[in-house]
Amino acid sequence: MSTTTQSLHTNVDASEHPIAPFLRMDRMPHIWCPTCGIGTIVKCFASALEQTKVDLDKTSIVSGIGCTGRVAGYMKLDAFHTTHGRAIPFATGLKLGRPELLVTVFSGDGDLSGIGGNHLIHAARRNIDILCILVNNFIYGMTGGQNAPTTPVSARSSTMPYGNFEHPFNLVHLAASCGAPYVARWTCLHIRRLTKTFAEALTRKGFRFIEVIAPCSTLYARLNKLGSGLDLMRFYHDNAEIKHGADTREAEIGFQDRILCGKFVDIEKPTFTELMHEHYTKTLGDRFVPMKPEGGWIHE
Amino acid sequence: MKADPAGVLTGVHYLDGDFACGEGAMAAGCRFVAGYPITPSTEVVERISRRFPMMGGTFIQMEDELASMAAVVGAAWTGTKSMTVTSGPGFSLMMENIGLGAMMETPCVVVNVQRGGPSTGLPTMAGQADMMQARWGSHGDYEPIALSPRSPQEAFDFTIDAFNLAEQYRVPVFVMMDECVGHMTEKVVIPPAEEIEIVPRKLTEKPPGEYLPYQNNGNKVPEFARAGDGYRFHTTGLTHDERGYPEMSEECQEKNVSRLLEKIRGSADKITRFVENETDGADVVVLSYGITARVARMGIDLARKKGVKVGEIRLEVVWPFPEKRIRELSKKVKAFVVPEINYGQMVLEVERCAAGRAGAILVPHAGGGVHDPESISSAILGAVK
Ligand SMILES: Cc1ncc(C[n+]2csc(CCOP(=O)(O)OP(=O)(O)O)c2C)c(N)n1
Ligand code: SF4
Ligand SMILES: [Mg+2]
Repeated sequence: MSTTTQSLHTNVDASEHPIAPFLRMDRMPHIWCPTCGIGTIVKCFASALEQTKVDLDKTSIVSGIGCTGRVAGYMKLDAFHTTHGRAIPFATGLKLGRPELLVTVFSGDGDLSGIGGNHLIHAARRNIDILCILVNNFIYGMTGGQNAPTTPVSARSSTMPYGNFEHPFNLVHLAASCGAPYVARWTCLHIRRLTKTFAEALTRKGFRFIEVIAPCSTLYARLNKLGSGLDLMRFYHDNAEIKHGADTREAEIGFQDRILCGKFVDIEKPTFTELMHEHYTKTLGDRFVPMKPEGGWIHE
Repeated sequence: MKADPAGVLTGVHYLDGDFACGEGAMAAGCRFVAGYPITPSTEVVERISRRFPMMGGTFIQMEDELASMAAVVGAAWTGTKSMTVTSGPGFSLMMENIGLGAMMETPCVVVNVQRGGPSTGLPTMAGQADMMQARWGSHGDYEPIALSPRSPQEAFDFTIDAFNLAEQYRVPVFVMMDECVGHMTEKVVIPPAEEIEIVPRKLTEKPPGEYLPYQNNGNKVPEFARAGDGYRFHTTGLTHDERGYPEMSEECQEKNVSRLLEKIRGSADKITRFVENETDGADVVVLSYGITARVARMGIDLARKKGVKVGEIRLEVVWPFPEKRIRELSKKVKAFVVPEINYGQMVLEVERCAAGRAGAILVPHAGGGVHDPESISSAILGAVK
């Protein structure tokens, strides 16, 4: 068992690419389309891991299902590619089963806010100590461009061929109103800011929610005649508005409308585990035996 | 190895089956439980949530059973022994991540205190109608292990067995209780920790780099590495190769699925467990499990008084099913009589193994109570007519 911080257990040379040692290069090429935004976000996350020098041996990544759901599979960490929507409860088990782990959930908008929406709100409410990265491409990418709970009104998807008429989620507002102590949003154009936010969030505790707007060039862009992924990046450049500390109620996203970005919430708040420890210490005194940082009893 | 004394409430107790099951889990070393309340299973987690804070265990009441099962699979990957507890409606929701547990080869335990179904059914009354769901409930091919206790004492003992089997075979193991056993209060003897045999989580000794998470190690059960030990492994619910990397091919699917099945089928003789009484020279054999085994005993005694030669098979492990023994017996007896609180589930296995050589007579009960022993004795008498 290694106790080093950033030993990489890999033969991959960083000169190949600065973040190559953080990836499973033996799984390249990845499945993502050209100009898809997901890869850029992975790059920012890996850079943040490098900058923060977190102990990679103790860092786990959990994804659900979808194009974004493939992220866990490309990261050279303890990596879990789980079921559709269940990354957050799976990660909750990991974190509570071995409290010393640094656990990140990395998944899509459909995965985390559609089928997994119930888990998202409850993890935020409980303030479970996980970093949650949600890639919002406004669509179900993996399955061919169906409507998502995030699809803006009037945007086309394969199951809303005449345009979406449902109200979409304002995800940063949802997370904030459920109690998440750290809430931010960037687009994948904001490489430096996003990396900085990831790095900051990696060193915070509690349910940290970061939404990243990203182009699905193949489906969302094509179905809506928005050009290539590059054109969407230009759109972000022209329409992203940075307003730290903004009221998240103002952060709704309309079709090809302004995208409010920034860090909206950053507060101190006890996590689920801290509350549990504090409460049992108060009520049970010396009789309270917390789970060890390395997990429950398994050895003699 | 021996049990951790912190989890063992040594002594002679008067406990219901749910509490006894909870005590069994804690004695077995379970230190993580995620669950969602549902009658008639809730007392298991109520017991655990009271005692866990004193032994380094964590209980969390999740938002639903989808989450409970997902959390249990996640926690099991840290090496912490993990369990969830539910009844029919929750069992249905758990099927998704029971499949994930089977595919990722995750040792964990799922307790189902069965009530009457379908749907919300009879929340506070007995049923045994989830037996086939335990066998086939999640999609795809996999082989489960399930036990069925008939008393609070067995609820304690079999829950420990369930944890031990989960460790040996790296599968989710089911404890298929029923409302009667769950809510019945009887004497339960909990031995001292040093008398309880525990199978610990065996961690691979291979160094990172040499370790392959899904390598077939002869016995078909791969070695385990837990999250946080530097292995940087990958695991997925997708069809995967030895590295745990997704591979979408017929060849990989064949290799993967056949190993998942063979690791249980190949050891079925070691896993199956049943009690057999007076089958020598018997004309009829009654096969039963769980609470119904106790009622069947009364039915057998009634039939014997009328001169019928009746043997008994009481399943302790219900899955895998003791195919071999039922095949052998089917060459000697006229019929099997199978009482169960459902409209014919385990009887289908008996019928399959008897293959027409002997009858397989169901004594059904739709749920809400147990059989009238006379319904069983008259089925026995009918079988020899
Ligand atoms: C239970 C279940 N239902 C449906 C699916 C099919 N499915 C796979 S990915 C996906 C949508 C993913 O969308 P999102 O999370 O937005 O990810 P993206 O591909 O856009 O990154 C769906 C519906 C599934 N795998 N499992
Ligand atoms: S379908 Fe869309 S989200 Fe999926 S990889 Fe292609 S561009 Fe990316
Ligand atoms: Mg999406």
